[in-house]
Amino acid sequence: MNSVERTDVLVVGTGFGGAIAAYHLAAGGAKVVMLERGPWLTSGDFEHDYKLGSSYTRIFDFVVGDGMSVLGGNCVGGGSVVYFAAMPRAPRFVFERRGSIRRRMWPRAIDRDSLDPWYDRVEESIPITQQGWDDVSYAGGLWAAACRHSGRTANPVPAAVDTSTCVNCNWMMAGCRFDAKQSLLLNYLPAALAHGAEIRPLHEVQSISRTDDGGYRVHYAHVHDEDYRLTEGAGTIDAKIVILAAGAAATPVILQRSEPALGPMPHGVGRYFSGNGERLNTAVLNEDRVRDVLGLERGDGLGYAANQIGKGPTVANWDRLDASLPEYSRYSLEQLYFPPGLGTILALAEDGSWFGPRKKEMLERWQSWLIIFQMIEDDNEGVFGPPPQRGNSDRLSQQMLGVGRLTYKPTANTVAAWAMADAECKEILERDGLATVTPWTNDLVGAYTVHPLASCRIGDDPHTSALDDRHEVRGHPGIFVTDGSAVPGALTVNPAMTISALAERAIPGIVAAARERGVDVTYGAPAPDGSTSGRRGAAHLVPDLMRR
Amino acid sequence: MASRKPDDHQDRTTTLEAFADTIIPGEKRYAGDLAVAGVSRGGGAVQAGAIELLEWDATGLTGGLDDFAAALNRHAAAYAAEHGLAAEDGVPPFVSLPYDDRAAVVRWLTAPGHPEKALWVSLALFCNMAYDSAAHLSTAEALAAGHPGLTAMGITRPDPDGLWRFRAWSYGRPLADVHPATTPSGSPA
Repeated sequence: MNSVERTDVLVVGTGFGGAIAAYHLAAGGAKVVMLERGPWLTSGDFEHDYKLGSSYTRIFDFVVGDGMSVLGGNCVGGGSVVYFAAMPRAPRFVFERRGSIRRRMWPRAIDRDSLDPWYDRVEESIPITQQGWDDVSYAGGLWAAACRHSGRTANPVPAAVDTSTCVNCNWMMAGCRFDAKQSLLLNYLPAALAHGAEIRPLHEVQSISRTDDGGYRVHYAHVHDEDYRLTEGAGTIDAKIVILAAGAAATPVILQRSEPALGPMPHGVGRYFSGNGERLNTAVLNEDRVRDVLGLERGDGLGYAANQIGKGPTVANWDRLDASLPEYSRYSLEQLYFPPGLGTILALAEDGSWFGPRKKEMLERWQSWLIIFQMIEDDNEGVFGPPPQRGNSDRLSQQMLGVGRLTYKPTANTVAAWAMADAECKEILERDGLATVTPWTNDLVGAYTVHPLASCRIGDDPHTSALDDRHEVRGHPGIFVTDGSAVPGALTVNPAMTISALAERAIPGIVAAARERGVDVTYGAPAPDGSTSGRRGAAHLVPDLMRR
Repeated sequence: MASRKPDDHQDRTTTLEAFADTIIPGEKRYAGDLAVAGVSRGGGAVQAGAIELLEWDATGLTGGLDDFAAALNRHAAAYAAEHGLAAEDGVPPFVSLPYDDRAAVVRWLTAPGHPEKALWVSLALFCNMAYDSAAHLSTAEALAAGHPGLTAMGITRPDPDGLWRFRAWSYGRPLADVHPATTPSGSPA
């Protein structure tokens, strides 16, 4: 007897795009199953340990590509579990960007004003703190003081961190042991579960095919819980609606692999990938100058020497987020923390070397490092090649490290923007002998991003966007994409807030499509904690989004 | 299949140690230490446990270590021939090279466009990780045992329960003016 498992809505991935969709659809009455390729860890499982096999290597992935490597979440909760929780809204000019297609790349229906009510819904659902100067880490304070010393402003960054329980351990990338970081494990996901949604970890979706009744069949493999190179069997689930939210480095790969079964994919699937224009610089501070020039003191004679202390990014310089500046010259410069391991290999010593005696001397100054994160406007240069055998990479190590199929050759626009931002970091931090600053090398693993975007993006033009402005895959009704893939391009700020707001905005259209397909579901759930002001604020936008 | 001679394994280890020592150099462990070039004070990647990490199959590199060592020695022999450098008898060619020449070989193998670049970068990545994160050891235990990399970097010890908490984290005062176009909730306008 052939028993086929069926659900109304199948969600691929449990990060922002997946969790938000699963919550609203389950709360509205749909039967929802979420498949997650990574493991399911909770706060007690999050370790402070760099050893391979600890939570640090189990829950995130480093996928090396040709010219671009991508860091992303690999666990229930996705990026929200491993990210640094910076949650700024994107500046107004971003929505007017033209980018490589030389005409507005965002759908006409979306600008900052029309997205603000959806940002508000996210802000009500994921507690976001506007950090005060008392919350700002030494590293953030140093960056602020250096910005001021060079005539610039600096802003504490809004973050999904409960500062009353945060211990400033800087282990955010290994998951928050103290439930200070407001990951999806604390809001949308438990609310989805409470409404009957199911989460199945270690289920890696490979492809989608059609069923005879006009629905879809989702094909997955079971991943071994310790050695992700191994799989243990496979299965399928049939669904009326499929929501892809596997992350911008994986969602397009699933669609590419599904092409033989589903038919041609829109041109934009696996193209127009953006690394959010990211690049890192390392400053090694002169501790005496920190005291003498900036007047900073930690006590015990220390000026700074606090690289290890904090909660990721706490302060950003936003002076270049100026709509009057030309595209490719607008960017933010954000203080960041990056742990050892992946966080040191690409840093260049003063003599330009990434290994050897000078590099070792630089590592000995590690506590005096300050990492500055640039987010420029890139040119959506990334293209995915044919998919690997399974997943989105050929896994090298048992966890964390694989080789994917993304190719990224930065254009002159991108290279020039990085050079401009590099020069500004140098100007700010080398002034009066404060520090020596070097950019991370792109020669070893290419550029790298922790915020992959746009590989399956929304837009009005079918030739340059895989999704319509309701996030439905063109030519494949009933398949939606709600993760970072859908964001049209670089945002010049951390993207989680915008990914989440777009996912919130996509829900009414998905509910309408589900209803068309016979699913008994309604739209209108409050925030996961029952708050309703966000729902009220967006209510006037819902009828248009539900009209198909 | 021919069984491997014991000295092949020793040569492999010595060659990989010399590679690791090129990435993060250290001081010689004993008089006559050939693998460690001795161009730096204190422990380097070798003392930090690079070979233990590489020989742990969790890295995904373990099965290829024979090939890495053999290839590295082939490249080193070609480099030595090209530069007229004499090899020491019974010493693997890469190990025979002085530090600066080892570094030149590594730079060449990891340069953009080299067909084997990805392999050598991954080997270097794990050598670096042995030093800067002791990825083969529990971090708290590595620190307690005086791991050379974590110690040299000044990484502090955790609380007795193995978790880090910092009681002081902030200068605690405004250190810049915020951007004039900031929304009430702290975002760019």
